[in-house]
Amino acid sequence: MIARPIETRAVGAHHDRVDGPLKVTGHARYAVEHGPDEGVSEHLTAWLVGAPVAKGRVLRVDATQALATAGVVSVVDHESARRLDDTGEQGDGELAILQDDRIHYRGQIVAIVLAESAEAAREGARLVHVQVEAGDHVADLDSEEAELYAPEEVNAGHETDWSDGDVDAARAGATVVVEGDYSIPYEHNNPLEPHAATAHWDGEVLTMWDSTQAVHAVASTLAPMLGLEVEQVRVRAPYVGGGFGSKGLPHSPEVAAALAAMAVPGRWVRLAVTRQQMFAMTGYRSQSRSRIRLAAEPDGRLLAIEHDAVAPSAAVKEFVEQTATISRMMYAAPARRTTHRAAALDINVSSWMRAPGEMPGTFATEVAMDELAVACDVDPIDLRLRNEPATDPETGNPWNDRRLVECLEQGAERFGWSGRSPEPRTTTDGDWLVGTGVAAATYPTLWMPGNGARIESRTGGRYAVGIGAVDIGTGARTVLQQIAADALDVPVSAIDLAIGDTSLPAATVAGGSSGTGSWGTAIVQTAQQFRADHGPEPAPGLHTQTTTESYPDMAGHALHSFGAVFAEVRVDRWTGEVRVSRLHGTYSVGRIVNPMTARSQLLGGLLMGLSAALHEEGVRDPRFGHVVTQDLATYHVAAHADVPPDLDARWLEESDTLSTPFGGRGIGEIAIVGTAAAIANAAWHATGVRVRDLPVTADAFL
Amino acid sequence: MKELTYVRATSAAEAVEAVTDDPRAQYLGGGTNLTDHLKLGITTPEVLVDVSRLPLDTVEDTGTGLRIGAAVRNSDLAAHPVVRSDFPALSRALLAGASGQIRNQATTAGNLLQRTRCVYFQDPTTPCNKREPGSGCSAIEGYGRYNAVLGASEACVAVHPSDMAVAMSALDAQVVVLGAEGERRIPLEDLHRLPGHHPERDTTLAHGELITAVELSRSGAARTSTYEKARDRASYAFALVSVAAALELDGDRVADVRIAWGGAAHKPWRARTAEDLLRDGPLDEQRVRDAAAEELRAAATGPDSDYKVAMLTGITARALVRLSEATS
Repeated sequence: MIARPIETRAVGAHHDRVDGPLKVTGHARYAVEHGPDEGVSEHLTAWLVGAPVAKGRVLRVDATQALATAGVVSVVDHESARRLDDTGEQGDGELAILQDDRIHYRGQIVAIVLAESAEAAREGARLVHVQVEAGDHVADLDSEEAELYAPEEVNAGHETDWSDGDVDAARAGATVVVEGDYSIPYEHNNPLEPHAATAHWDGEVLTMWDSTQAVHAVASTLAPMLGLEVEQVRVRAPYVGGGFGSKGLPHSPEVAAALAAMAVPGRWVRLAVTRQQMFAMTGYRSQSRSRIRLAAEPDGRLLAIEHDAVAPSAAVKEFVEQTATISRMMYAAPARRTTHRAAALDINVSSWMRAPGEMPGTFATEVAMDELAVACDVDPIDLRLRNEPATDPETGNPWNDRRLVECLEQGAERFGWSGRSPEPRTTTDGDWLVGTGVAAATYPTLWMPGNGARIESRTGGRYAVGIGAVDIGTGARTVLQQIAADALDVPVSAIDLAIGDTSLPAATVAGGSSGTGSWGTAIVQTAQQFRADHGPEPAPGLHTQTTTESYPDMAGHALHSFGAVFAEVRVDRWTGEVRVSRLHGTYSVGRIVNPMTARSQLLGGLLMGLSAALHEEGVRDPRFGHVVTQDLATYHVAAHADVPPDLDARWLEESDTLSTPFGGRGIGEIAIVGTAAAIANAAWHATGVRVRDLPVTADAFL
Repeated sequence: MKELTYVRATSAAEAVEAVTDDPRAQYLGGGTNLTDHLKLGITTPEVLVDVSRLPLDTVEDTGTGLRIGAAVRNSDLAAHPVVRSDFPALSRALLAGASGQIRNQATTAGNLLQRTRCVYFQDPTTPCNKREPGSGCSAIEGYGRYNAVLGASEACVAVHPSDMAVAMSALDAQVVVLGAEGERRIPLEDLHRLPGHHPERDTTLAHGELITAVELSRSGAARTSTYEKARDRASYAFALVSVAAALELDGDRVADVRIAWGGAAHKPWRARTAEDLLRDGPLDEQRVRDAAAEELRAAATGPDSDYKVAMLTGITARALVRLSEATS
């Protein structure tokens, strides 16, 4: 059966985080905190050794000194590591660590030190001498040797190039053309909890506590590599200290944890990467550049959008963000052309970071829209209203419920947009130049089939609900209980939810803002089947398990969320320092399951967007090939004092049962989309200086 | 980290003796910088002599000024009522640095002796003359946003990271040092050195010399002093540039002015050329900008650091204009 829409009662109501007390009292256990009461005793600590060059060969891993260090038990290198059976269809160069002597990027894992203490392991790692034959590397997109190519597809399976209408003719006939180059630097997810695992191999089963966004994906990725059946890999992730996409796919430290455990059968191994290593081996958002050309009528109505995106990609494993896809669907230009090009560099492997594609692409397009508004002397909100498409420009499908206009209008009302001077540099407050800016946001409704859920009746009217979903701090554990309660028509307190374990029915990743919708649909479908099987008052011990195949009306409608972001920015007239004093987001995201956890997601997204706007910059030194701003002192993320005094996220009251049976869509990512553009636009309004390269820093205004 | 011997000193003299006689020994204060270095492998001492518990943790009012014990915590010093009233630049500098947790742990002497946060110094996989003499400087052709623009050398373009030291420089602090040969006093301005050919040496202290106190003298200018810091993040960030300024006006005339810059050089940069140009004249924004520009004629910048010239000029003007408005 396919899930049917449900009546909502608990869904939509405030519900405290069910794991809040455990977390704030320190009792929630993270990946390397499991102890003897859970069977983890006398563990070894694993420490990773990174390649000292960006390309070349390992001649010898000299572990003599390391092994002579008190407490060091073993050093695993490419000669001694277990051979991996299968690293994916084309061979996954990111995961195939310690299999040969090739070095693909600086910081690549070339040895694992195992020791009786973390201190001994770290010292052992320092004393491992990796002798290499260095090759010539290319780690700079601007290098003459960095050749651009068209990937076969880009992230999430999007077409590399896509066009509609005659862009060249439209531009030739346009009165107004705005053209610009916009860039995003390397950005690094940096969840509070680093990538970490506790692993054990007993000769039959590999058991892992892992810091991951997808326990089943870890098991199904590792098992064939290790020559095991998927049932031989048990992965648990009861609590995860953030991921932001970086824990959505397994990365090399997870393989290292498995190889380390298998090198010392019968012993537990703890592995936590250092903050510095997170800049080399756990994924990140690639640097990207967007060339935008907007052609328009004098009143701002778009005739053509051109969006050409360029980004580096690791030579060892391709990953190209879908940066330009936003321009295929956002506005009603009759002609649109989008391309993606990549350059394969000798650099570490990029991956998902909150709203891959939409975040960098929207920075470019929404700043360009602001420039078009100036060029046409049209209010930035009016400009967007004039370019509202009646149907999805990409598919021609009707929208599920595109309410961008309401987001813009309600947001403008609340922010106090009306009466804003179109001229820049017209408002001061003491030493501050003050400006305001706006940007639109969107995120597609992603829904993953293949989610299973199991429901079993218990005594006292209680229900055990199991699904292998992961709560990475979003509140999933809480909202899934709310959804299960409504689906079974019982109170939330009657639900015993189990998540984060491969022994539970398979679940897809906590990513792509798809978790609540995809897992929630599985729970609803299973609950409805359970009632069909066992009725409203089942005896204890009856159970039903189902797996989803479909729900959302993807074929008939274009399913998207929308939003509008408003920012007030202040620039110090003496030093150029930039601060955000107000930041508002208004979103159309379907029914909100839990206003408290939803607000937290949206505020967090806005702040992460602010952080990208003003602070975050991974600086890759092309001479060495690695990112040298590799700690939180030099890679700035927004801290408390950067939080705007007036920070607010709101949403439209609505329900979208085309997308999910409870009417909600994903909310994890949309709030980072457009935020950096709103802030950059406000900085222009404050100063008259147009910054097209993130981050927006003081030196631009001096 | 490397195994080491930890010794808790019971007196300053004992500590000096222990470290002076052992080239592999280092002092441990609050540990906020040194423990990072131990973990990162930047330094590998075999003996740590803990001086944080020595009875050097009081602030004494000498009548003419303050004697600040070397082990006084940054947060205590920032909150001291006499520091707040008579040396506001010092309180503001301390509060502009690090985080509340770090200030609770960090000591006065340790703050002075903290080492650069140049990304290449912090990364043992890259060449750095300060960390490994003769290996080369990665920062000159590399990431340069925080590089020095004054007094740098071909061997090193690192800046000293302390906020507190910049304020102490402007306040003409004296550093009391105990060595094997006895006690000596060094003007704070002479404690840190420019890199020259020996960037591995941050200060003029000999191995084993121990800072026991910092002395401040009261003055009209010190009472009208401030510290302003420009940074990319609103808190918990090292200075792009900073200024400590002290000003005494006699009517419209500058009777006394002192300017020290942070984020500019391998040491707190006392802008004496600018001070001389401003002394005895009127004070306004343009005169300060002109004086700062004159001081900065010697600046050597790279593409990542050239913004510092305009930023130092602007922040110095802001600080002194605000001080003059507060005093007049």
